[in-house]
Amino acid sequence: MSDLLRRFEEQNKGIKVVLDQVPFKAINENLPVQLAAGQGPDLARVADLGGVARYMLDLRPHLKDAAYFETNFGPFLEWMRVPGDTSSIPGFMTQLTLTGPFVNKTLFEQANVPMPGPKATWEEWAKAAKDVAAKVQAPFPIAIDRSGHRFFSLAITQGAKVFNDKGEPAVVDEGFKKGAQLVFDWHKNGVMSKELWGSVAGTAYRGANDEFKNAQVVMYESGSWQIGQFDKTIGDAFDWVAVPTPCGPANCSGMPGGAALVAIKTTQHPQEVARLMEFLASEPIAAEFYERSLFVPGHLGIAKKGLEYKSATPQGKAALKVFNEGVSQLSPVATKLQGYVHNRVIFNAVISRLGQAIAGESTLDEAYQRIESDVQQQIAERTRK
Amino acid sequence: MTLTSKTSPATSPAPAASLAPSGGTNPVLKLVTRVLDWPMAGLQRLIGERRMPYVFLLPNLVFFGLFVFVPIAINFVYSVTGGPALFPSERPYVGAGQYSYLFDCGSYVDPNTCREDHFWRGVYNTLFFSFFQVVAMVGLSLLTAVVLNMKIRGRGFFRAVYFFPVLLSPVVVALIWKWILQRDGLLNAAIMGLGGDRTLFLAEPGWAMFWVIFVSVWAHMGFYTLILLAGLQAIPTDIYEAAEMDATPRWRVFWRLTLPLLWPNLIVVIVLSLIRAVQTFDEVFVLTGGGPGTSTLMVVQYIYETAFSNQVQNFGLAAAASVVLGIVLFALTLAQLAFTQRKSS
Repeated sequence: MSDLLRRFEEQNKGIKVVLDQVPFKAINENLPVQLAAGQGPDLARVADLGGVARYMLDLRPHLKDAAYFETNFGPFLEWMRVPGDTSSIPGFMTQLTLTGPFVNKTLFEQANVPMPGPKATWEEWAKAAKDVAAKVQAPFPIAIDRSGHRFFSLAITQGAKVFNDKGEPAVVDEGFKKGAQLVFDWHKNGVMSKELWGSVAGTAYRGANDEFKNAQVVMYESGSWQIGQFDKTIGDAFDWVAVPTPCGPANCSGMPGGAALVAIKTTQHPQEVARLMEFLASEPIAAEFYERSLFVPGHLGIAKKGLEYKSATPQGKAALKVFNEGVSQLSPVATKLQGYVHNRVIFNAVISRLGQAIAGESTLDEAYQRIESDVQQQIAERTRK
Repeated sequence: MTLTSKTSPATSPAPAASLAPSGGTNPVLKLVTRVLDWPMAGLQRLIGERRMPYVFLLPNLVFFGLFVFVPIAINFVYSVTGGPALFPSERPYVGAGQYSYLFDCGSYVDPNTCREDHFWRGVYNTLFFSFFQVVAMVGLSLLTAVVLNMKIRGRGFFRAVYFFPVLLSPVVVALIWKWILQRDGLLNAAIMGLGGDRTLFLAEPGWAMFWVIFVSVWAHMGFYTLILLAGLQAIPTDIYEAAEMDATPRWRVFWRLTLPLLWPNLIVVIVLSLIRAVQTFDEVFVLTGGGPGTSTLMVVQYIYETAFSNQVQNFGLAAAASVVLGIVLFALTLAQLAFTQRKSS
């Protein structure tokens, strides 16, 4: 990003851009407080789009060609808008993400267990991964990030609808329960280790990327954003592949997500912010950024043309292809949940309560009741005026 | 600096006049005292000698008020408001709503019956942790201090060894122990080397709480040992010599002489370790993250996560919980003070 910004500064002599690189945790925890206090930056790259939507600046009056943004980022702009707003353009997607599994192919080969095919179910994968782990002594047959986002990629395949007919959250339904039961049972029968979902409290995120890189995980349900680091750090230590999201009775959908670069309302330089946004969102620059960072493009024009990902290894390129194809498998429920302004409330409640059930503090039925009441209470608090 | 008072010359204590520095031989100090002399004398004439101590306390009071009392007041304001807004002026007044939500329980001894069960789990975990940590901390610190007070070989070395963990940052302490206790950590390697089975120490509720207490005692024991050691060294040796001449058994000497004479230091240790235990956060947060489930979730972590870390930030509820915690700590301190006063009288 910094060399793209330098190029922008060369083309726009009067504008100086200061880039602050902060941890992901700071973006999620500190930035909202900064924004609420009116002390935020001019623009920021954020992942909780709905959560900070109310602090975003509508760039339309400052953009030279607002239609370009509508055409190329249209479906994702909804994720950045506050409820009721159907037209603002606060920024653009710097990265479209999709959840999905990575598999340690070498472990399958060592165990001499055939890898399930593209339409295999979660149960088939669980059985195969457990067989592999038993034969090669891997401690994690399946690892799923401790994240609501990742859980729903499983639950939606089992038929979770998340919303009722009126469009209000109705999180716990039969599909959701099937998904939760699978995760719960996998912890009981050793398909999943308690070290992720059962080892921390509340809404804390726990990933298994380090364990996957150390060849301790047979199948790792995470997402497309891991490709870059796996490509760089695993090297030729073992063969890894991305596989399509396993299927359930309802579908084979992952969960979409991503990060967007958005303008902040309190900026004193809206014109300059718009210039920078136009520069970074322009097709050649965006394509260069997606290609170098090995991201799935959030730009429809670029996605249609496809990217070569010249810097990726053959494994990385193959993984990107799988995730790019996965976009067409997305369930409408997944897209709606991603665009729902209070989706973090749902994700938080699910991680926290399911984590307690896995740790043995409550039954699944108690967890379901708590999830419903947490979602209700937190949305009421968040919308209180 | 010499302060003179025309309003109450008779009450001016003579020693103060003689102790008042005139700057000594230091010319800079002399100049400063001369410059300050006349405005202070003027002020004393204006407000009277009795009020002068408040003038010296004022800078500290302002500082303390600004950074302690004002935040407490703001915190209280937050606790009676709701909604997601940051500025109190934009937050709707909800009265005791946050408090009634926190205290909405079927039975206070069963967190499962409480609407905000995480808060109550935090409260019970904190009580459990505080009790066992303080008992272990005081007992082990006392034992260590007594041993380090004896004439043993390498006494200086051992004193340094016990104090060394106190110098480490709590985060560093937690990270070190995390490396030791994790799946492929040192402890599991040792256990497996001896033919035992691997244990997920930080993923089993009972083990997690045990290690949280253990690590906390390990990290802070040196500080309390030092206080008790200072107390032991202040006990006059002739008392022990007299006891020795009377052939008093050693346990009796400890029980009847050492312990009562060490009592003021023990009270300090108990008060400090108890307050610290109730406030504990950083080590536990890094070591277990409050897990597994909520088995090591402490009340301070609950407050932090409710306010800042949950992404759905609930400042009002977190503020109400911190007011409750503040009241409990205040009550604990008062109880300790009363106990100490009764004991010393």
